[in-house]
Amino acid sequence: MNIQIKNGRLIDPKNKIDAVQDVFIAAGKILTTGKAPARFVAEQIIDAAGLVVIPGLIDLAARLREPGYEYKATLESEMSAAVAGGITSLACPPDTEPPLDEPGLVEMLKHRARALSQTNVYPVGALTYGLKGVELTEMAELADAGCVAFSQADASLTDTRVLMRAMQYAATFGFGVWLRPQDSFLARDGVAHDGEVATRLGLPAIPVCAETIALATMLQLARETGVRLHICRLSSAAGVAMIREAKKDGLALTCDVSMNHIHLSEMDIGYFDSNCHLVPPLRNQRDRDALRRGLQDGVIDAICSNHSPVDEDAKQLPFAEAEAGATGLELLLPLVLKWAQQGKLTISDAIAKVTHNSAQILNIDAGHLSPGAAADVCIFDPASYWKVEAAALKSQGKNTPFLGMEMQGKVRYTLVNGQIVYQSIPNF
Amino acid sequence: MNNPQLNKQGELQHLLSTEGLPSRILYDILDRASTFVDLAGRGEIKKVPLLHGKSVFNVFFENSTRTRTTFEIAAKRLSADVVNLNIGSSSTSKGETLLDTVDNLCAMHADMFVVRHAQSGAAHLIAKHVAPEIHVINAGDGRHAHPTQALLDMFTIRHYKKEFHNLRVAIVGDILHSRVARSQIHALTTLGVPEVRVIAPKTLLPSHVEQLGVRVFHDMAQGLRDVDVVLMLRLQNERMQGAALPSAQEYFKYYGLTQEKLALAKADAIVMHPGPMNRGIEIDSSVADGAQSVILPQVTFGIAVRMAVMSTLAGSK
Repeated sequence: MNIQIKNGRLIDPKNKIDAVQDVFIAAGKILTTGKAPARFVAEQIIDAAGLVVIPGLIDLAARLREPGYEYKATLESEMSAAVAGGITSLACPPDTEPPLDEPGLVEMLKHRARALSQTNVYPVGALTYGLKGVELTEMAELADAGCVAFSQADASLTDTRVLMRAMQYAATFGFGVWLRPQDSFLARDGVAHDGEVATRLGLPAIPVCAETIALATMLQLARETGVRLHICRLSSAAGVAMIREAKKDGLALTCDVSMNHIHLSEMDIGYFDSNCHLVPPLRNQRDRDALRRGLQDGVIDAICSNHSPVDEDAKQLPFAEAEAGATGLELLLPLVLKWAQQGKLTISDAIAKVTHNSAQILNIDAGHLSPGAAADVCIFDPASYWKVEAAALKSQGKNTPFLGMEMQGKVRYTLVNGQIVYQSIPNF
Repeated sequence: MNNPQLNKQGELQHLLSTEGLPSRILYDILDRASTFVDLAGRGEIKKVPLLHGKSVFNVFFENSTRTRTTFEIAAKRLSADVVNLNIGSSSTSKGETLLDTVDNLCAMHADMFVVRHAQSGAAHLIAKHVAPEIHVINAGDGRHAHPTQALLDMFTIRHYKKEFHNLRVAIVGDILHSRVARSQIHALTTLGVPEVRVIAPKTLLPSHVEQLGVRVFHDMAQGLRDVDVVLMLRLQNERMQGAALPSAQEYFKYYGLTQEKLALAKADAIVMHPGPMNRGIEIDSSVADGAQSVILPQVTFGIAVRMAVMSTLAGSK
């Protein structure tokens, strides 16, 4: 179908466009932007006057909970949440049940996702069988089945020899390895940052050195093996400083942060708010500020939602027993916009962290609106406010630290491969 | 953020922690407790009808004999009906969640819950969940708080020292894992004690303990010098397995309270312990049973303080 998106403010970070321009779509691809191509006849016109048109968002960490945890969420519920959040591609971590360590599981997931024809799903395969940190998975087979990178998710890999071998093997095929730095001994039983709040509330703590020690090991092994390393969910100022140094030294390395960690700190735990029980833990305000600075100056490449839907019962428990995680797909765009506003960034610079940069980490051709690219587009109303409430969220996960807060920026249309997969009517 | 312990009138709705309470409320409880002590001391009527017709549920998810018993006695002396439930940690294995248990007890028309739980924040969770006419008393949650213990300690200190504003108080032992220590620190600083010290090896101190307003000492001889009050903490046996300490013997040698070390404190210093004591590990028997020990009066005062807390809560709207 030929679609013309009219009169919108087009922002495309990769192509450095920020201007009122029309977008012309044919056969699921971007035909061009700006002037209408000769003989173009629009079958559908989307009036985007007053709206912002950007490449569809790419989320580097969204747990869809399938297979195995369907009581927390299903592909149906989470894919509809994704498109409602303007997310057109997402990477899902391998910590399903069973974990994504067999090609058959990956094919099934891809097949289920394709059948729903909403957001593009890019599975991240398990680096080791069962995420146990002992035996390598068949990475090449998994890649053939559709895995875009390999990861331990939040499972530990304490055996440094296995980690080194895994990196060497991945590097053989040019696969990316995605790791979240956390020393499992130092973090054992911990549920909150080892700081003022955990001291006051008597919560078992995770020190910053749990991150930096694991990070030092990963960086050293990446130098040794030449693997394409992506560091997931950085949480501390000290971690940002180490990534900054490593990049300065020329190590090919990328890094992301969760949207929760650029807006919140340990103080938000308040009186044991289990919605703030997150992985990694929320650290202090200095850490949060360092993460923001790291994003601004490019040390941190991308922002992810770290979407982890949790069932209500699992949150209605004392803080340490409550399951970690928060819903996030529908909050990614407004929280990125909020960060842009607070940090005085242009929308273009901010959304690069959830579009073009994320695509480069995933090694996929997406996150931009160049002619010929897949027509994955998000159109949002920058002036529309909405309140985060359980009923307003499509995700089956209703828990987020932002519950009850006002968000600015509402998605009006989401297009995947030139199909309108989501549309919301403004409430006048 | 609203203080979950106070109602809209600023009265005590729940007692969850000594943190964040105005000193006025702490003094009111201590004053009220002394009327109960006087009453009992005159050997007359021990029982008063302040909680007549009310049901107090002692819900203990973690074992305790002493605390539960003193709450039970306190409630009975206030003429309440008391129900004791030792739920233990196994109840959750039967599939019932903490809040399901609480809902069931509410359906039995509980007016007040006295809760002990192994997890920090459990009492807050329950207080947030129950209907506004129900009161919750935290009888110990994880490492977080044990406010009635701290209040009875404050009562004992006031009984022997009269004032708080000229005291030097040392808390000795496993601060990291201690809900008693946290509640003591907040109560002492709120009541105006100018110098609160903690004495422990680094492995038994929370990382940001200074931010609670205390001076940190690692050496008993320095930390005990010229103090008016020594608050000892119980050392759990598990600490030896978790690599927090090498041995009980070494702990006793460096951090156990002996007559010799106590001699460094003021001559009229008092020694307290929340119980149950490990003689020969954190405290020497000669100190525990010595002239400066007020450990048994603490237990007696504990009943009056718990009566004061319960009757204060029952009196708030």
